Parts: sequence; structure tokens; C-alpha cells
Amino acid sequence: MSGTAGGGAPGWSRSEMLVVAGARALAGRRVCFVGIGLPNIAVALAQRTVAPDVELVYESGVYGARPARLPLSIGDPCLVTGATAAMSMVELFQYYLQGGLIDVGFLGAAQLDRYGNINTTVIGPYDRPKVRLPGSGGACEIAINAREVFVLMRQSARSFVERIDFRTSPGSLGGGALRAAQGWGRGPSVVVTDLGTYRFDADSGEMVLGAVHPGVTLDEVRAATGWDVRVAGDLAATPAPTTEELRLIREELDPGRIYVK
Amino acid sequence: MSGKVTTMADAVRELVRDGDTVAIEGFTHLISFAAGHEVIRQRKRDLVLCRLTPDVVYDQMVGAGVARKLVFSWLGNPGVGSLHAIRRRVEHADPAPLELEEYSHFGMVGRYTAGAAKLPFYPLRSYFETDLPVVNPNIRPVASPFGGETVYAVPPLTPDVAIVHAQRADAGGNAQVWGLTGCQKEAAFAARRVIVVVEELVGEEVVRADPNRTLVPGLKVDAVVVCPRGAHPSYAQGYYDRDNRFYLEWDRISRDPVLLEAWLKEWVHGTATHAEYVDKLGEARWRELTPGPALAGPVDYGDYR
Repeated sequence: MSGTAGGGAPGWSRSEMLVVAGARALAGRRVCFVGIGLPNIAVALAQRTVAPDVELVYESGVYGARPARLPLSIGDPCLVTGATAAMSMVELFQYYLQGGLIDVGFLGAAQLDRYGNINTTVIGPYDRPKVRLPGSGGACEIAINAREVFVLMRQSARSFVERIDFRTSPGSLGGGALRAAQGWGRGPSVVVTDLGTYRFDADSGEMVLGAVHPGVTLDEVRAATGWDVRVAGDLAATPAPTTEELRLIREELDPGRIYVK
Repeated sequence: MSGKVTTMADAVRELVRDGDTVAIEGFTHLISFAAGHEVIRQRKRDLVLCRLTPDVVYDQMVGAGVARKLVFSWLGNPGVGSLHAIRRRVEHADPAPLELEEYSHFGMVGRYTAGAAKLPFYPLRSYFETDLPVVNPNIRPVASPFGGETVYAVPPLTPDVAIVHAQRADAGGNAQVWGLTGCQKEAAFAARRVIVVVEELVGEEVVRADPNRTLVPGLKVDAVVVCPRGAHPSYAQGYYDRDNRFYLEWDRISRDPVLLEAWLKEWVHGTATHAEYVDKLGEARWRELTPGPALAGPVDYGDYR
């Protein structure tokens, strides 16, 4: 994980900036399908700041979780105690996710291409993998059925690639016409990394850098992208984390610095 | 009450056979590690192991050499990282290749559901524009007979044996669960033989007082094994916490085949039963894992005469 080394502005780490930017992107969203790790912290931070009414959904079969501690896994018992509903996975995947009740699904990626296609399955050929990754889990159904998908990940030339080795979860699919015709969600709408925040061009479905985080240069972004990255004409600077955002992360959400280094 | 109560050793000896397709289900919650360990002790061979998340239990079983194939949807140590014994076999065929058959979570859940309901396939709106159907020919597109739409279909999964851990059951095998229920119900109804492993054996009247909580009826159950703390390092809601420390430790152990072999020798082959394993962990560890109470309010089913 990245620390403050390598250009991070003093006072906070790039992981903290990633979590803060992810949380801010949730303003106005209500029902979020959460994975463990950085997305979990980002949603918890949003719940305490920009999205107090957010409902947490976990693929383990929980709706409306109110965890009293930070869960290590998405099946932690603290997600059940005090939740609105605990249910079988058939019910969760059929009615909540495929039924269209999820506003935002969070996904991570080992590799991502410029159209937001995600690989979490293998590095190298499928039959003779260099690195065998976990696979889909619920990711491919989240990418199709959630109204929109937020991708949170650390960015490098190895993770932002021209061609992904395996397509586990579909991306923007060329601008949204196919997705709309099929009745699927719109797919990835926001990608937040430790360097900046990306949106997707409505016509081409290609990622566009919309904001860079404090202390990050465009050259650094280009060096960490495996294609010629598009930059918005009105490129913004991400506002630095506030004292309160940092306090919440450090004192309440991840005091042991397990996820946010 | 009929006598389905038996020991873990007898249940596994009689109901799990070499070459079987076995599902020890439970999504993070209620994973029967005790059954997995007994399968290792009895040195079963050539099993096809099914689980959405193979988890540490299948890393141990694969590391012990009981399996030839995995059917799964997410291959990792939840919240920690990789399953290294499985990765060695997949990436380096070390010490032998391991066959993989891979779906998504909803695909696996659908497979058990179709198996339980005797349907030829389960339809779902997943897999479009992905490589999963490319590498798994069991994921196929199918046109709606009502026109227009195409969906994907996955085939039924009917394990030879399903092993389900539950908080409690009566001697007839009526098993009750609360907390995360994963797809244990679907796996149990889909399986030819079912072993229920429980924290507590209760009287039939306890089950009948709260029928909504019954996950699997005795009708489907072949054996009941009473095995307190049998899900460790997984957990049983309200009984003990997930032992996250062990999941973290397993990362170090499973990276090194020598450490893994030593762990199996000490904790599985070196213990005759799960009760010995529980004692070996020590009361201090169990105290750490014991939650405070959070009782549900009672509900009134009503007395209708």
C-alpha cells in the first residue's frame, strides 16, 4: 500500500485521499452494495458525512447493516446484529441485486481498461495463470445489475492496462446504448484511485480524468496509466481531506490502520 | 425421536466416499471445519469440493490432498488475501494439478437452487460481455421462450454429500439457523446425503416452538453430529466470534508447504476428535471469541385449538 512517500502531500496519505474521494462520490446515493476493505471504509465515512441515509448491503445476505465494529470479512457477525434484514444469498442476489434495488455497487480490480472492464480472475493465460486471483464472487452480477458501479483501486501501469488478461466484469460497453437496451445498470460511473477521480464519456464510454488529488501531477497520472489517458477540459483539483474526514478515518473507522495506511 | 445422532468419525466414514462431490457450505458463517478436518483424518481421496468461497477449510483439504477438483465462485482468504495451497496447485501443479470449474456467486447459488428443485437449469442475468462463459462451457446463453430476451443458464448442482453446520437441531435432524444463512438450505436440498453438525442438540419441542427458524428439515438429513465449536475458525452467530486471528495466521502457514504439513500433523492428525482440537486452542482463546448477548424479542405464534 502507498504511504506518503512518492509525492503524497504532507498531513495525509494517498490511501486516505482515496477513501475520502470515494466517500464524497456517494453524496445523494442511498443503497450501496459494499465489499470489504477500502470500499467498506469509504461507505462508512460517507454515512458519517455526505450520505447519512445510506443503507449497506453485503453479498453475504445482509440489508441495512449497522456494524458496531470494523468487519474483517463481508460475512462478519457484526454485520448481522442490528441489521434491518438477514437473508439467504438466493434472496439477496435475486430480489435486491438482480431485482434492481441497488443504487451503487463497489468493485475493486486487479486490472482495469479504459472502458472500465475489470479483471479479478487471472494474470496471464487462464489455463496457465501467472497469478491466480479470486475470480468473480458477486462482481460480474454487480457490474450488470447495480444502477451504477464505483471502482476503488490503487493506480499503476500494471493495474491500468491497455488490455486486461480476463474480463470478469463488464465495463461501460461503449457508452451505454447496449446497457440501456438490455435493461442493465449503467455500469462504472466513477473510478477513484490514489491519484485522481475518473468519470466516463457518455458517447464513447471511455474513462476521463476529471480531478487530480493534491500533490499529484499529470505526468505522474500518465506514467501510471497503460494507455493515452483522456483528461477533462475542466480538470479539477480534488479538495484536500478535511480535519473531520481524517479524524473519522483515524479514530473511528480504521484506528488500527488495517486498510487505510 | 429417531436416532440420527452419530459421531463425526462415523458420519464421515459412512456418508463421504472417495470420489464424491462434497459441499461443505456456509458463507463465512457456520463453516464445518470439524467435518473438513475429519475428512482429512480419514484420508479421503479424489473429492470434488464445491463451495462459493473455498475459504481456509478447502485450502486445508486441498493442501492435505483429498481433492481433485474445485467448483467455486470466489477463491480467497476473506479479508486477508490468497489461499496459497490452492494457488500452488493451480499455478504450478505443485504437488499435482487441480481442476477448476468456476462461476459467479449468483451462478453457484442458482446451481444449488436448480439442483434442489429438480430443474434442468437456472436462468440469470449475469455473464454478459465477460470471459466466464468462454472458459466454462457450462455457462450458456438461452433465449426466453416468451420472446425477446436472452439470459444465461447454469446447470443444476447435486452434491453427493452436503455438510451443514447449524446452531441447533433435534435428534431427528430438524436444523435451526440464525444469522447469515448463505446457501446451506439450497445445498442441503440439492444433495443426495446430508450431514447436519450442531452446536447444541435440543428437544423436538424447541424446534416446534419456533418453526420459522428451521433451515433444513430432518426429512433431508441422514446424520446429526453434535460438535460444539465445530465451525472454528469460522463462527456461529451468538455462540462464538469468527477467529480472524487464525485467518491471518493461515496466510503465513499456507504460504509454506512445510509449515502447512506441520500444521495438519499437529492440529488435525494430532487430534483424535474436534473436542481435542477445541481443548488444544485453550479457554483463553475461547473467552476472547465469546460475544456478549443481543437477544431477539420473543414472537407469539399463538395457540390455536
